[in-house]
Amino acid sequence: MVEFGLWDVLRNLLLAARWTLVLSLIALIGGALFGFVLLVLRLLGKKYINTIIAVYVEIFQGTPLLLQLFLVYFGLALLGMETSVWWSASAALVLYTGAYLTEIWSGCVRSVPTGQWDAAQSLGLTFAQQLKWIIFPQVYRLSVAPTVGFLVQVIKGTALTSVIGFVELTKAGSMISNVTFKPFLVFSCVALLYFVICFPLSWYSRRLESGFGGA
Amino acid sequence: MNVQLDFLTVLEQWPLLITGVSWTLGLTAVSSFFGVLSGLGLAWVQTQDWPIPRGIIKVYVELIRNTPFIVQLFFIFFGLPQLGVHLSAEASSVLAMIINLSAYSTEIVRAGIDSTPAGQVQAAESLGLKPVQIFTHVILPPALFRVWPALVAQIIIVMLGSAVCGQISTEELSYSANLIQSRNFRAFESFIIAAAIYLFLSILIRALLNRLGKNLIFKGLAQNG
Repeated sequence: MVEFGLWDVLRNLLLAARWTLVLSLIALIGGALFGFVLLVLRLLGKKYINTIIAVYVEIFQGTPLLLQLFLVYFGLALLGMETSVWWSASAALVLYTGAYLTEIWSGCVRSVPTGQWDAAQSLGLTFAQQLKWIIFPQVYRLSVAPTVGFLVQVIKGTALTSVIGFVELTKAGSMISNVTFKPFLVFSCVALLYFVICFPLSWYSRRLESGFGGA
Repeated sequence: MNVQLDFLTVLEQWPLLITGVSWTLGLTAVSSFFGVLSGLGLAWVQTQDWPIPRGIIKVYVELIRNTPFIVQLFFIFFGLPQLGVHLSAEASSVLAMIINLSAYSTEIVRAGIDSTPAGQVQAAESLGLKPVQIFTHVILPPALFRVWPALVAQIIIVMLGSAVCGQISTEELSYSANLIQSRNFRAFESFIIAAAIYLFLSILIRALLNRLGKNLIFKGLAQNG
């Protein structure tokens, strides 16, 4: 029988942590793009579009991420698409991240003084120019801290993909603890690795919030 | 492509859904009560001049806030028995939820306390109030009033997070949904219905707690402010 020492546990967990990071990155990039499109659609000010987006946000903020994962996983199968955990996990996390980011960024847009919009308009800038040159640079500075803070939530959210069988850090932890019968050690290591990933981001987000580089 | 949805076969299993909802609400109620209470206590310690307990609380808050709830739950349910602490699935779920919410509410309440003007504390001191009286009568009520919406939001996050407890066989709502789909193979419909119930619960709880905060707990404050 092969002995599974602390180093073996850590090494395997570190290897699995890659997929946590990759999945988080997919969720962040996809969610940011999607959230950005939704933000621009919201700013266009069509009432029914705003209602649809508000309902979408409410649904994704008001239901458990776990069920969103299940729904995408089984929903894709229902639509006759081949379900892979990669696709399901990525799609669900992108939808989830998009819903939160569009809400966070909308808040940032609202905190830009209306005088800025008026001034931009009075200069004869088109809507796209107003956004590009006047509004978004200010929104960008305001939004970095909450976005980084939310990224921590996304990384922790990827842990739930273990339930649909995506082998990331948590799933690897479960598997290793089943093999080694050392759940205490293994889950301590898993928690520690999440902490090592998330804490610097939390710290950075708080530092930004407390005034460094704030608008 | 022909997709046929059959929600009725899921709704026929309504007793299971009721059990699930009761467990979800029960877990949420118990953990909210103790989680917020312990958050208040820990936030109070944070205002004191005790470096060691403050340091420990800080580490606890950061550890919880920077690790996923599912890992905390697995740690308690699978990890602790190795140390001789055996907890049932339900006890593990409640404990994990309390520990989780307590960390977040410590941080939320502390933020509220930090924003209390120093002049109010000095005024209370000059009136001869004891430190504990100052905390419970002068600092805490307006602090809680300010952060109440954040606390409510956190309670809802914990309720949604409790869906994970089904993974260790606590019979909450997502567990019921899972059980139903294993009986009738209507996975998508089961989870749609469970998700709809969660959505309804989170809207309901948010409305209820916000109302409760405005009308009961902070009645005087809401009128003044």
